Amino acid sequence: MIIYRQSARVLVQGITGKQGTFWTEKMIECGTRVVAGVNPKRAGERHLSVPVYATAKAAMAETPFDVAVMFIPPAMAREAALDAIEAGARSVVILTEHIPARDVIAIHHAAAQHRTRIIGPNTAGIVTPGEGFVGIMPGHNPNIFQPGEVGVISRSGSLGTLICLNLTRAGLGQSAFLGIGGDPMIGTTTRDALQALDDDPRTRAVVLVGEIGGAMEEAAAEYAAGMSKPVVSFIAGRASPPGKKMGHAGAIVSGTLGSYDGKRRALEAAGVAVADTPAEIPGLLSSGLSHDGTKPAAHIVPA
Amino acid sequence: MNFMEHVAKARVLAPAGIPVPRAVHCRTPEDAAAAFEALGPCMVKAQVPTGKRGKAGGIKPANSADEARRVAERILGMRIDGHPVGSVLLEEQARIAHEFYAAILIDTASRCPLVLFSTEGGMDIEEVAATRPDALRRHRVNLDAGFDDAAARSMLSGLDLSGAEGQVAEILAALYATSGRIDAELIEINPLAVLADGRVVALDCKLTLDDAAAFRQPDLADEAAAEPMTDLEREGAANGLKFIQLDGDVGVLANGAGLTMTTMDVISHCGGRPANFLEIGGEAYTKSEVALKLVLSNPGVKSLVVNFCGAFARTDVMAEGVVTAWKRLDPSIPVFFSIHGTGEDEAVRLVREGLGQEPFDLMEDAVQAAVNAAHSAASGGAAR
Repeated sequence: MIIYRQSARVLVQGITGKQGTFWTEKMIECGTRVVAGVNPKRAGERHLSVPVYATAKAAMAETPFDVAVMFIPPAMAREAALDAIEAGARSVVILTEHIPARDVIAIHHAAAQHRTRIIGPNTAGIVTPGEGFVGIMPGHNPNIFQPGEVGVISRSGSLGTLICLNLTRAGLGQSAFLGIGGDPMIGTTTRDALQALDDDPRTRAVVLVGEIGGAMEEAAAEYAAGMSKPVVSFIAGRASPPGKKMGHAGAIVSGTLGSYDGKRRALEAAGVAVADTPAEIPGLLSSGLSHDGTKPAAHIVPA
Repeated sequence: MNFMEHVAKARVLAPAGIPVPRAVHCRTPEDAAAAFEALGPCMVKAQVPTGKRGKAGGIKPANSADEARRVAERILGMRIDGHPVGSVLLEEQARIAHEFYAAILIDTASRCPLVLFSTEGGMDIEEVAATRPDALRRHRVNLDAGFDDAAARSMLSGLDLSGAEGQVAEILAALYATSGRIDAELIEINPLAVLADGRVVALDCKLTLDDAAAFRQPDLADEAAAEPMTDLEREGAANGLKFIQLDGDVGVLANGAGLTMTTMDVISHCGGRPANFLEIGGEAYTKSEVALKLVLSNPGVKSLVVNFCGAFARTDVMAEGVVTAWKRLDPSIPVFFSIHGTGEDEAVRLVREGLGQEPFDLMEDAVQAAVNAAHSAASGGAAR
């Protein structure tokens, strides 16, 4: 599961903490089906009217869930993720930033063995307007998210929020927001997210928000080339100096790998319109959405 | 975080049983002369965390104590790739028969540890990959299988190692084991030399530790090389803020790495130049007051964009910090806001009532106004 559906039952690991409590309340308010939480020290209690268990495995035995979301600090993230994976979660949304790389590798390795989908680490989560959200996104804010037909993929929560807000103001609602995370080793890549939106019957067009660093946008461009739904992109980091990590551990340009120009070239060659600023996105999309089925010529000409 | 060669060799390679030359770490020319007496003919190597030492003249032989003193004195005065040379490593001269390359790194694309080995040592590995791909072996390590002597031997099979296969396999396996134990992002031995007497020795070592794992490698992390930073960048780091000083004149205060980069991009798109990168996303969103001081302390700043889009971060909390600090610092430059997302209504009210300013609806408009103000300040016009 990459796109959140209300049928999915959600477990919140770290539900009793300050952020866990705040965002669980927001998720419930938004319609998300939160069924249980985890805190080893508060097992047996109820918090926000859901039962609290010592582990995800204990939760699964009594209150089955589909998705686990982690409000867990970096040093404990590996243990919590492995608990959720081994418990049989279909998806684990890892919000935590700064998890040691060796722990991230161990998490992805276990997830591959159990066929668990990892979203993140360092993601702000996923939102399906009208159904709910999982993570730390303002999914409950109607000025930002409205149900609609545009799927949005973003490595960044703040920039993704801005872009959804711009879409909503332009009258373009969203079928799904997929925050995939700013880390260099994420479980659901830009390409995976693009494919999920391509397969989603409710999505008619896609906004792909990328960042300098890595090669995920290039891989997504390969997929986009074969899509009939229009794709509009914005890549953050054009003005960033090379050789420096720009906040996100994944956002670093070394040599030509991960450069803005390389990503833009790959996307444009695949027929994706690349916006120079976020404000251009709704206009590029509207011209794409007005044509049914095929990509309009405007999307092949560089913006 | 990066490490100097002498730390990597003494603290990581030697304890892992990987042979390194006899060496003495020296901070003064006198120490170097004394070290020569113990070592004999040696190499004097600048200790800086960069790979460009040889080309920059930071590695020279010394064949007498007097020469060791003179060479050390010259190298200790150098600056290599932005790093002042604070010490030298004196290392016994090696009679090299062959030079190999060995490295363990985290391969982000495959989300696995990756072992690299090449029979073409002493060269840049990118260059080997481009010109001699047949000399390069890559092995992605499956966590269940691990990487032992036998795995190393099978990885090396078919390469001509001049009889050093056994030693090299042992070294690769030891390097892999130690890289996991110390949370290394990269350990690179280049060259891994076969000496005239058949011994295999690590002549250089580049080590990068995973910053995110520093909390569980406290002793080693203490010995990391200082990053070349400006005073303001150091102050930011001390306050837990990622601040990068740039040479433009439009200051940036935004939340989240993606939005901050985008704000810089739009500044550049509007014909301006960003003065900094500074993100106050994640848990840092409560630090907007400290952040504002940093941005304003940058001498190049002529105007400021404050661009908040709250998801996790609450814009009211950030705006309160900025407004309070702005009143206290009373800077003479103009500021332009754009605020949306979590806590927006309260944040806009704080800016309106506290500073008498109306935030721009579009960040592009706030940025354009800041760029115009910086231009007019630069040409001597009225800023406000």
